[in-house]
Amino acid sequence: MGKTLTIEPISRIEGHGMITVTLEDDGSVSDAQFHVTQFRGFEKLCEGRPYYEMPSITERICGICPVSHSLASGKACDSILGVHPPETAVLLRRLLNCGEYIQSHALSFFYLSSPDLLLGMDSDPAKRNIVGIIEAYPEIARDGIRLRKIGQQVIEIVSGKRIHPAWVVPGGVSAPLTAEHRDTMLQMIPEALAIITKTLTMFKKSLENYREEIATFANFPTLFMGMVDAEGNLEHVYGKLRIIDAKGHIIVDNVDPSDYQAHLGEAAEDWTYLKSPYYKPMGYPEGIYRVGPAARLNVCNGCGTPLADQEWAEFRSLERGPVMSSFFNHYARLIEILFSIEIMERILRDPAILSPRIRAFAQPNFLEGTGCVEAPRGTLIHHYRVDENGLMTWANLIVATGNNNLAMNRGVLQVAKRFITGSEVTEGTLNRLEAVIRAFDPCLSCSTHALGKMPLQIEFRRRNGTLIRTLQRT
Amino acid sequence: MSHHLPKKLRTDLNPSRLLTFKIDGRDVSAREDESILAVARQNNIAIPTLCHLDGLSERGACRLCIVEVRGVAKLLPSCVTFPRQDMEVITNSERVITYRRKILELLFTERNHVCSVCVSNNHCELQNLSVELGVTHVHYNYLYPQLAVDASHSRFSVDHNRCVLCLRCVRVCDEIEGAHTWDIMGRGITSKVITDLNQPWGTSETCTGCGKCVQVCPTGALSEKGKSVAEMIKRRQFLPYLQMMRGRQEESWQK
Ligand code: SF4
Ligand code: SF4
Ligand code: FES
Repeated sequence: MGKTLTIEPISRIEGHGMITVTLEDDGSVSDAQFHVTQFRGFEKLCEGRPYYEMPSITERICGICPVSHSLASGKACDSILGVHPPETAVLLRRLLNCGEYIQSHALSFFYLSSPDLLLGMDSDPAKRNIVGIIEAYPEIARDGIRLRKIGQQVIEIVSGKRIHPAWVVPGGVSAPLTAEHRDTMLQMIPEALAIITKTLTMFKKSLENYREEIATFANFPTLFMGMVDAEGNLEHVYGKLRIIDAKGHIIVDNVDPSDYQAHLGEAAEDWTYLKSPYYKPMGYPEGIYRVGPAARLNVCNGCGTPLADQEWAEFRSLERGPVMSSFFNHYARLIEILFSIEIMERILRDPAILSPRIRAFAQPNFLEGTGCVEAPRGTLIHHYRVDENGLMTWANLIVATGNNNLAMNRGVLQVAKRFITGSEVTEGTLNRLEAVIRAFDPCLSCSTHALGKMPLQIEFRRRNGTLIRTLQRT
Repeated sequence: MSHHLPKKLRTDLNPSRLLTFKIDGRDVSAREDESILAVARQNNIAIPTLCHLDGLSERGACRLCIVEVRGVAKLLPSCVTFPRQDMEVITNSERVITYRRKILELLFTERNHVCSVCVSNNHCELQNLSVELGVTHVHYNYLYPQLAVDASHSRFSVDHNRCVLCLRCVRVCDEIEGAHTWDIMGRGITSKVITDLNQPWGTSETCTGCGKCVQVCPTGALSEKGKSVAEMIKRRQFLPYLQMMRGRQEESWQK
């Protein structure tokens, strides 16, 4: 009689998730699924609201990456108005995004993942958290906290509020930057650079220790999708989409995000609230693709900033083609922090940044609009339709974590097959199952659009669904 | 507004008759055609209001200005109650404060106020009142009515989800602009402000597009299009000037 092992909820990720592993009688793994168990339905509740509320409504989807939602939403509104925001507004939006990348990636790396990475996957779960890191590696913990704070401060200075700023508006942004604030941010850059350089060096040295995880954390060929600029370099806010295959060949390039539906299909399964987008020409579920930090570094021709370019070259030399293991998302995140700090400096030194021309005004000129950005966790698409008066009639959101849904499921199966043998499942194995999900840094708040973090619960189930036992971890 | 006092005084009352009474134990003097609210404000005694707006007729719709009068069991709205000789008014008793809070809480339950995505966030009289009265929670069930937004006007929109039925829009449109586009339909909490004969604002034949209603609306219910979240700051300075220029007299509105 086969049985099912359930891990629920998964800890140290944003939102509610659950893993079930179906076991055969001999204890071998026959299947594994990653479920998202909460549903929020922002797409429905915004119907009938004025389009200009959308940046603020969708910002509420998530407390970690509200900036990405407001940017994607702001861009979708721009296209409904049919305007191009002034140059300074574009710079300011990109600057805000730098702040978000720094804080969000620092949260993922230092707060959520460093306990696994530094203390070990099999270490005492009671200590395997940020508090344990503070005890064992106080300096790294301090760096992480400081770096995240810098990111948050940038968001706060630029937009006037740390979370849910309401500063990105249709047509641009709502307040300009002062010279004083620019200088404050410029002063933070040397410290931020020092922290990230140190962390990168440390992390690269430690890669040796994770050979098993690298080999099994969603290490399989898929397509990759990410945004690039006109030169094909890494870009997070204003770029076009590119998809490459597992060998690294570009299969579609220069895709205007408003054409996303020509390339991406969306499948829904009854066991999860998370949609599964796939690459249309290859069908479902073969059209599996990944997004996020490693995917972005895989698709681009380089970063276009001196320090990040060096790191990028080193990263890409890990494998001959695209870097396959999702474990390397941790690595890619650090490189993207570096990139964001460099871009931030470049933007702040641009004299145009202080101009008061920050907004284009118009009434809705189009009944449909799409906005797309690279959120820290991957490509984020907002697609809206409005009536002649600008009231929302329909919305579709494809969020970063959704893009990765198929890959996360396959990753869970891969880890389960490698680490579960026999009916006794060690705590370390359970943690690895979670950790593979965590490598994607899924934001389930965004994806379903659910909120909250919960302690871990694991359920062992027979094939027919009967519960064998439950493990609870707090 | 005392420096713009109408020259012609009411004839149905003795115009020169002054009286004295007490507010919160203080002796105050008043003309008998001044509301308790007006007298309190002249004496720097704060009474919260929502439907009252200097320059418009009184309506007595919100009941936030209630006060206690010694010897009267009911609480009375001070904006439409006039003093009597030797009356004793209490503006800040526990009872009054509790009822004001309840009234405010009920206002929130009647419609859908989601401040964080509201054009008036941070510039809203309803919000300010909750801060002022210390309303941090609502103890009643929300009604969650299904109300649509009317964005058919080329420059303004009305979101009934945020309307508190103060009827300032109705009064300013009638009394100052003279268009009387706005009106009210229905009863009790199912009432709704309407334009012309309950038709989309954009199709109204009487609306002159002056925007006075938008400026006097205390909440985010009426707003200018193109304003984003938290950007709708209302300008009301025009009211006293217009009132003076048009030479309309306070007394004639009271009828
Ligand atoms: S009208 Fe005022 S109280 Fe209502 S949602 Fe808007 S800001 Fe909040
Ligand atoms: S629309 Fe505004 S001014 Fe008119 S009744 Fe409602 S809250 Fe008052
Ligand atoms: S201010 Fe007196 S009832 Fe509204």
